[in-house]
Amino acid sequence: MTGTPSDERHSTVPPPASEKYDVEAGDAVHPGRPVTVDRYSGPARFNHWITAASLVLLALSGMALFTPKLFFLTALFGGGQWTRAIHPWIGVVLFFSFLGLFFRFWRANLPAREDVDWVAHSGDLLAGHEEKMPEVGKYNAGQKLVFWSMSGLIAVLITSGIVMWDQYFYPFTTIEQKRIAILVHSIAAVLAICVWIVHVYAAIWVRGTFSAMTRGHVTGGWAWRHHRKWLRELVARPGNGRNAPPHSPAE
Amino acid sequence: MFPPIPNPSVDPAAAKARFSDADLIRRSASEITPPAQRLTEVAKLIDVTKCIGCKACQSACLEWNNLHEEIGISDGTYTNPPDLTENSFTLMRFTEWVNPETENLEWLIRKDGCMHCEDPGCLKACPSPGAIVQYSNGIVDFIHENCIGCGYCIKGCPFNIPRVSKADHRAYKCTLCSDRIAVGQGPACQKACPTQAIVFGTKEEMKGWADFRIKDLKSRGYANAGLYDPPGVSGTHVMYVLHHADKPSIYAGLPDHPRISPIVETWKGVTKYVGLAAMGFAVAAGFIHHLIAGPNRVSPEDEANAERLTGVAPSGSTPSDGHEAGRTT
Ligand code: HEM
Ligand code: SF4
Repeated sequence: MTGTPSDERHSTVPPPASEKYDVEAGDAVHPGRPVTVDRYSGPARFNHWITAASLVLLALSGMALFTPKLFFLTALFGGGQWTRAIHPWIGVVLFFSFLGLFFRFWRANLPAREDVDWVAHSGDLLAGHEEKMPEVGKYNAGQKLVFWSMSGLIAVLITSGIVMWDQYFYPFTTIEQKRIAILVHSIAAVLAICVWIVHVYAAIWVRGTFSAMTRGHVTGGWAWRHHRKWLRELVARPGNGRNAPPHSPAE
Repeated sequence: MFPPIPNPSVDPAAAKARFSDADLIRRSASEITPPAQRLTEVAKLIDVTKCIGCKACQSACLEWNNLHEEIGISDGTYTNPPDLTENSFTLMRFTEWVNPETENLEWLIRKDGCMHCEDPGCLKACPSPGAIVQYSNGIVDFIHENCIGCGYCIKGCPFNIPRVSKADHRAYKCTLCSDRIAVGQGPACQKACPTQAIVFGTKEEMKGWADFRIKDLKSRGYANAGLYDPPGVSGTHVMYVLHHADKPSIYAGLPDHPRISPIVETWKGVTKYVGLAAMGFAVAAGFIHHLIAGPNRVSPEDEANAERLTGVAPSGSTPSDGHEAGRTT
């Protein structure tokens, strides 16, 4: 397997129809110098930033209660009482906001054949040998891992969070169940924050990524380098790629 | 009879508090240095075998603490209100129990409320600095202005005692009348008890008095009479004399072997250390990787390849070293 990726990468044959789910609504290629590729629509970006903001606020307010060393963070929310009261509500915002992202992105995050190979070569990626990586679609296996672990963790956080939300849900569970919930909630929160750190680091390390979530598009070179299969699918798509009007250079 | 605590002197000098913040041995979410000298430990002894269920203590508690319990609905038992609330720091719990050995119906009456554990689970669970404190005389007290209303103390408590008020979102429970004890009085409930089922003094005195009571009970056929001072929480500063000390749970669910739940210990222990270390490690790994590997930048060849793929002749010279360069053509 490891000896052959260069052969596989030769092909310009469009991927089989079954893999077309990689391309999401709104993705498009605009030839030009440089090529630009639309990656996230306006609503998708808005949805993402609401999710990001609520996750950060939850991490800050939650960590304030997690350890006395960080209790001072309650000052950001107007004191301990406010932090306690507001955290679960931000959680509700996060849950629905992430649900939106989930329905937008889940198809493109389904497992693909090259994911196994990608994971096997992830050491090469970190060592700076991206040329050894298989071509991947809109998301690589690492991004898919972030997506699915966040989905699972947020489901666990909302469930355990509601059990702990004494103000409204106190009578519905026993104290023993609440104890389990709080242990599960704090472990899931730590894991979610670790996944978030990985996610943010990847966006920082891989230069050219931020514009996907800020302005909605990336350069063709970025797509070629990191998501070549996706780029090829976009180019091969009838009515797209070659025929799409170029982006105005001012953008 | 246990000698009653005399009324305190009205001399202003006598009003000097006998313990203060200088006597804290534990403070929630804080590290403190306990004082070198520990105060004499106090205790309240509740002798359920002497209790007549008159609820004078329950009323005295409401009165001293200026609490107003809502008018509720009778559930058909003497236990009223049906559970502890943020306004009822103490509650007489009534149980009708048929003794399987004698076939006798026994009316068990237990005064429920904070046990003032030597190892308090509420304090361990509390995330807010100084919302729960423990004085070196053994009193565990809630400092309401520091309370954030999270209810973690409820999860930490092995006896299901604290209640968070829906009105001001702060946790409440029996204070052991810390304000009365500070000026040399006994707790309000003890003062009101007409049968001396509740007595108050130093922990040693109370153990001694309990011994005397237990001997008396044994001599009258209560072979299992005993003191409830559970070692799982390192002892308590509210103790019971029970006629059936071998089965505390018949007294309206008094825990047989109370201890801080291992789930709470895990949550407040290893989870915090491992969790903080994991998050710190993730951040450090990112920094170090970036230092070593440098940024992952898109090269001009990548852009040229994309241009070629989309059918635009790439600008400038053909990329030479790009292994990708030749492939797509
Ligand atoms: C998704 C919905 C969520 C709900 C309903 C929720 C609810 C709660 C509740 C009720 C508490 C107890 C304190 C309080 O009342 O404010 C709490 C604590 C906490 N939450 Fe959440 N939460 C959610 C999401 C999150 C997320 C996404 C994170 C982290 C990224 C998080 C991290 C924490 C942490 C660290 C604590 C403190 C636990 C401890 O003290 O050990 N929560 N949460
Ligand atoms: S409700 Fe108040 S006393 Fe109880 S754990 Fe939370 S901050 Fe501490």
